[in-house]
Amino acid sequence: MKHLATGALIATSTVLAPFMASAQTEIQFWHAFTGRLGELVAAQVEEFNASQDEYVVVASHKGNYSETLNAGIAAFRAGEQPEILMVFEVGTATMMSAEGAVRPVAEVMAASGAEFDADAYIGAVKGYYTSSDGEMLSLPFNSSTPVLWVNRDLLEGAGIDPDTDLSTWQNVDAVLDQLAEAGVDCPMTTAWQSWIHLENLSAYHDVPFATKDNGFAGVDTELAFNGPAQVAHISAMGEWAQEGKFIYAGRRNEGGANFRAGECALFTESSAGYAGIKEEAQFAFDVRPLPYWDGVGNSPQNTIIGGASLWVMEGHEAADYEGVAEFLAFLSSTPVQAKWHQDTGYLPITSAAADATREAGFYEENPGTDVAVIQMTTNEPTANSKGLRLGSFDQIRGIIDEELEAVWTGDKDAQAALDSAVERGNQLLRRFEQANR
Amino acid sequence: MEKRVTFKGWLLPLCLIAPQVVISAIFFFYPAGQAIWQSLFIPDPFGLSMQYVGLGNFEFLLSDPYYRASFLTTAIFSTLVTLVSMVPALFLAVVADRLIKGAGTYRTLLIWPYAVAPAIAGVLWLFMFNTRVGVVSWYLGNLGYDWNHVLNDTEAMGLVVVASAWGRISYNFLFFFAALQAVPKSVIEAAAIDGARFWRRFWTIVLPLLSPTTFFLLVVNIVYAFFETFGVIHTITSGGPQQATTILVYKVFSDGFVGQDLGSSAAQSVILLVVVGALTVFQFKFIERRVHY
Repeated sequence: MKHLATGALIATSTVLAPFMASAQTEIQFWHAFTGRLGELVAAQVEEFNASQDEYVVVASHKGNYSETLNAGIAAFRAGEQPEILMVFEVGTATMMSAEGAVRPVAEVMAASGAEFDADAYIGAVKGYYTSSDGEMLSLPFNSSTPVLWVNRDLLEGAGIDPDTDLSTWQNVDAVLDQLAEAGVDCPMTTAWQSWIHLENLSAYHDVPFATKDNGFAGVDTELAFNGPAQVAHISAMGEWAQEGKFIYAGRRNEGGANFRAGECALFTESSAGYAGIKEEAQFAFDVRPLPYWDGVGNSPQNTIIGGASLWVMEGHEAADYEGVAEFLAFLSSTPVQAKWHQDTGYLPITSAAADATREAGFYEENPGTDVAVIQMTTNEPTANSKGLRLGSFDQIRGIIDEELEAVWTGDKDAQAALDSAVERGNQLLRRFEQANR
Repeated sequence: MEKRVTFKGWLLPLCLIAPQVVISAIFFFYPAGQAIWQSLFIPDPFGLSMQYVGLGNFEFLLSDPYYRASFLTTAIFSTLVTLVSMVPALFLAVVADRLIKGAGTYRTLLIWPYAVAPAIAGVLWLFMFNTRVGVVSWYLGNLGYDWNHVLNDTEAMGLVVVASAWGRISYNFLFFFAALQAVPKSVIEAAAIDGARFWRRFWTIVLPLLSPTTFFLLVVNIVYAFFETFGVIHTITSGGPQQATTILVYKVFSDGFVGQDLGSSAAQSVILLVVVGALTVFQFKFIERRVHY
């Protein structure tokens, strides 16, 4: 009898469940995170869902960054788009130009009356996703910036003071010589070569990567990264590559495996590499600011971000947007942001979250985790260091990768390679301009 | 005299071919037609607007030296994949055909790689040749050879060819093996009695009798190398180093799904369609003449 009662109860609740769910507004959120990051996103969503009973956010993983963007585009064309889509920073221009497909975050927040203060967000982070007239278009979600990772043990083994000053490339050059002489197989490697050694290099030295304020002022922008500052840097890296002081491992973050295994002394990589390096490294490591060329441009200006932001898509009910606004406000709230920043190594998106983290003593316990924050926020961003807004940029990065590979093998000199990358990239920019006229 | 079987009336034959026609129309003619239509426009990714450019997309592509270079890369790649997948397959089939004991096991083992999807095959080969942790590259390093397909274009091409051809060897083996079984034993025995040795019999009798199979495999393998090797290239080299392994179909993908340039991507599909069509017509016109059925 008891069993029967339980059975009936289960049956009733299963039947009723869908009706109860439909009382809540469902919000689709498509993202690109797996592994530990995926778990952290799921935890955020769960916390939000538990905190109120009007809305249910449903998070779905849609592949890597490119695949998630494509899934969003394909879904929009089929009229099945999610309310919230995660788009990586290089897709920003594509999303911005899609008037009628996306709704600016500032507009969503204003319409809903949810708590929103655009000034609470850190300028260098927010700037990347803000229109030229100051409207915040998407919500920065995960942002990082490149830093220099140092294997202290390898430096010490080569007879170099592990605390030696590595703030400029001039100093790094001398250290690379010493490392090579001491027989270190991999003095330096890098991840994301275009992002770190051209995009960030340009911003850090306050020289343009592209005309029209790096594309912020219009789609009729042209690439300009074949200037003297960039050519000098790539040429130096080319020489290091020829002399075996810079080991090229691949276009993405393949070099990370070499560094974490303790083979490479120096490694330029995103600040978000923190979790992985801390977990795997069997050696003493340091986080240092990204080096700059002393005396070139206005260095050190500030570096720019990489990562992704959340875009709100058009074509949903007004009630859905209320829920979206609630969720975005929840993500921006200080405790949620501070926890995200500390768990992942991504930059905090609000100054309040950075302050809360500092007050909690996190930076003292985890030395180096604030390097990225300082590097991003010391100087007010200029037109050259606010970010990049270029169409077809994922593909332009592919072209840059190809041309840089020609420099590393010695097939081309830096000037010829960068000239060619600029010329080929400009053709894609013109097509993008035409498509979005 | 040719023997013809004819149907009475139209209804039955129409019904019989209808499924094939419908499938071709839905999965081939409709998308191909759409590609041709799209190739005349530069659309924005979200499908909100379209700019008519006539043949502008084709002009843009054909004036691009990198696109033209990718034709040569594709030709080298598909020739190598076809050779590397067919010659060892034929050899293995001949050897397996002569086996008396354990032929079943041997055959099964040879067929296995065909079950591996191209992208997975790419990852497997990449893992073996990984410049840092790869088993093969480690042994090569011990022998004093510094393997680095990340920067060396010949090595990159070699790796994607082998990874693409590997699974196909099984497929080709299957066909060659079946064809060898169908070669009448009496003909071979007669030749043997006449004193022809194995290789002589192979060149003058077996190989010509295999020609329909070889021709079929040639067409199928070239089509495979053109279209289905995408997964291998994507996982191993992404078209690099520089553009050493950017074959036409990979460029269709990268323009369409990385660059969201659907106009250029559609125009490339049309060009690819024309190239493969022409190649197939060429094969049937000139090579098939040498085939004895």
